[in-house]
Amino acid sequence: MSESEDPYENLTITTGAVVEPNTSRVNKTGSWRQFKPVINVDACIACGQCDTYCPDQAAKPVEGEDYYGFDLDYCKGCGICEEVCPTDAIDMIREEK
Amino acid sequence: MDEIRIHGRGGQGSVTLAQLLAQAAHEEGTWAQAFPAFGVERRGAPVEAFARFDDEKITDRSQVDEPDYVIVQDTSLLEYVDVTEGLSEDGLVLVNTGADPEELDLETDAEVVTVDATDIALEHLGRPIMNTALLGAFAGATGLLGQDSMEAVITRKFSGEIGEQNVAATNDAYTEVSA
Amino acid sequence: MAKAEQNPSEEQKVMKGTSAVARGVMAANPDVVSAYPITPQTGVVEKLSDLVADGELDSEFIKVDSEFNAASTCIGASAAGARAFSATSSQGLKLMSEPLFTAAGMRLPIVMAVANRSLSAPLSIWADHTDAFAERDGGMMQFHAEDVQEAIDHVLMGFRVAEQVNLPVLSNFDGFILTHVQEPADIPTEEEVSEFLPPRDPEYTLDPSDPKTMGAFARPEHWTEARYEIQRAMEESKDVWAKTVEEFKEIFGRDYTEYNGMLDTYHGDADYRLVALGSMCGTIRKVIDEYRAEGVDVGLIRPRVHRPFPTEELREALGDAEAVGVLTKEMSPGYESALAGEIKGTLYHAENQPPIKSFVVGMAGRDITASDIGAMIEETMEASAPMAFDEQESWPQLREELLADGGD
Repeated sequence: MSESEDPYENLTITTGAVVEPNTSRVNKTGSWRQFKPVINVDACIACGQCDTYCPDQAAKPVEGEDYYGFDLDYCKGCGICEEVCPTDAIDMIREEK
Repeated sequence: MDEIRIHGRGGQGSVTLAQLLAQAAHEEGTWAQAFPAFGVERRGAPVEAFARFDDEKITDRSQVDEPDYVIVQDTSLLEYVDVTEGLSEDGLVLVNTGADPEELDLETDAEVVTVDATDIALEHLGRPIMNTALLGAFAGATGLLGQDSMEAVITRKFSGEIGEQNVAATNDAYTEVSA
Repeated sequence: MAKAEQNPSEEQKVMKGTSAVARGVMAANPDVVSAYPITPQTGVVEKLSDLVADGELDSEFIKVDSEFNAASTCIGASAAGARAFSATSSQGLKLMSEPLFTAAGMRLPIVMAVANRSLSAPLSIWADHTDAFAERDGGMMQFHAEDVQEAIDHVLMGFRVAEQVNLPVLSNFDGFILTHVQEPADIPTEEEVSEFLPPRDPEYTLDPSDPKTMGAFARPEHWTEARYEIQRAMEESKDVWAKTVEEFKEIFGRDYTEYNGMLDTYHGDADYRLVALGSMCGTIRKVIDEYRAEGVDVGLIRPRVHRPFPTEELREALGDAEAVGVLTKEMSPGYESALAGEIKGTLYHAENQPPIKSFVVGMAGRDITASDIGAMIEETMEASAPMAFDEQESWPQLREELLADGGD
């Protein structure tokens, strides 16, 4: 995973400092992560609590499967999903980069 | 004047580390200053904090661009941030990692010291809050701060058992780096 | 201020600027604190609220729904005879603007710590003096602190002078740069402060058993006189301030008596003199040392007090300079830096008029580096009158590449 392109690089101050949307997509906060969520797919009941609580919308159902996964481009490793998971299917693992 | 720049991530206690450094230096009888780089505070985002020690009252309030010492709390920053930018050749960079200095391949003529402060923190605190271990390692590597001063400021900030655990982490790191 | 002071004493504590100011306020024993949180001020009133909750400070902490009501609450409390304190920043100070002008007209000695921050838009939480200067004409005294110690001491001296001349005080200290720094400072004790600051003894108070109308309506035949009295009180405050800094020195040992407490200088008789407010003066001192070591005769004149304006003092301090550079963290769009304009006005009827260049720097927290200051010293040395309007002021930190037309 590479650090995102800096949305503030080559910025031009327009009249009224009006800015384009979607800077949060460009800013891949996954680089901030120190702990990574790892899901036990057998324990996951696909309830979606992790998705509901994730501040970065990084927890998503895995297509064609009955469990959830994480978009590591944006997951910044806060661990809220681990806290809210009702079946303790998520563990936060220290990530060495 | 000794100028220190700390690179960390929001939530890793970079500002607290700068403050503990300044308080411990003041405890040693010198003037001291600690302040954060004023940016948007977000958990996990790259942050900087600064400290200065001097025999005279410190009036300079600009950010530290030419540090004598750099402390890196998280090696994941090395990929994105030029942590040794402006670092004095006679200076020192302290990196929180289990790796050896030469493995880091930092572009600097300054001395590189490593310590696995996160490991020390996990051992003593049960949590990866490594700033007190880094404080101890900094003192051990530079000789600028004594263990008594560090203990005094840590126990003032953290009372009871947490204070003792942090002092133990500081002393462990101090000994490890001094040895 | 002496550059080299003795090593910090055991008495000094290293704590965050906001906590240190709160401790100073506590020593002044205010009867009422009312405030609304706003970055970067919040730490001041958060600490005061802690101190009240912990029983260390016997004061009414009145929580309100906005800065407008914080200032209004202070007006009510002060009118009833209480010593009232508040703190705010930026948009919060804007929201207080209306009641603060009222407080000045009602002649209420409310003291406020203002953690200076730029005004929106664009939104910013970082330091400049746009907020303080927007309140310049209300009738509030205004001080600017260079370090945490002064931020504490100005609040204490503010109470002393405010309660004698019956005017509110805005005690400015730069947001983040001073609110969030940790550095050694002496925290005065309540005993020391009670010797310096006697209990408030107001001439009039709101008292149901002896009713009065305060903040009344004034017709055109009366209003001018009420406003004139504010101007007279401001004039009187200069003498009271001069005495206050003497008394302060006597009790606390810290010497703010230079130029009657109005100005602080560093090599103030140099050929080239910079003028600036607040925390950037610390960095300026360091650069002055470097330039002087190279043989450049440059010094600093720092107004400690901005209202009342140090007119006579600045005439004396600047009149014989070769050239003056005014470094400001504010400007009045459509004209120039308000401080630079005021200094020019002050010197207009003085004997000499040195050329004056002004520099808009450090806006919304942009770091002012030693090399920035060096460049401004060099530009000041080349200043000569007459100047066209567009030569009078520059924005040396401007990043022209960000402008839509690339600065052309």
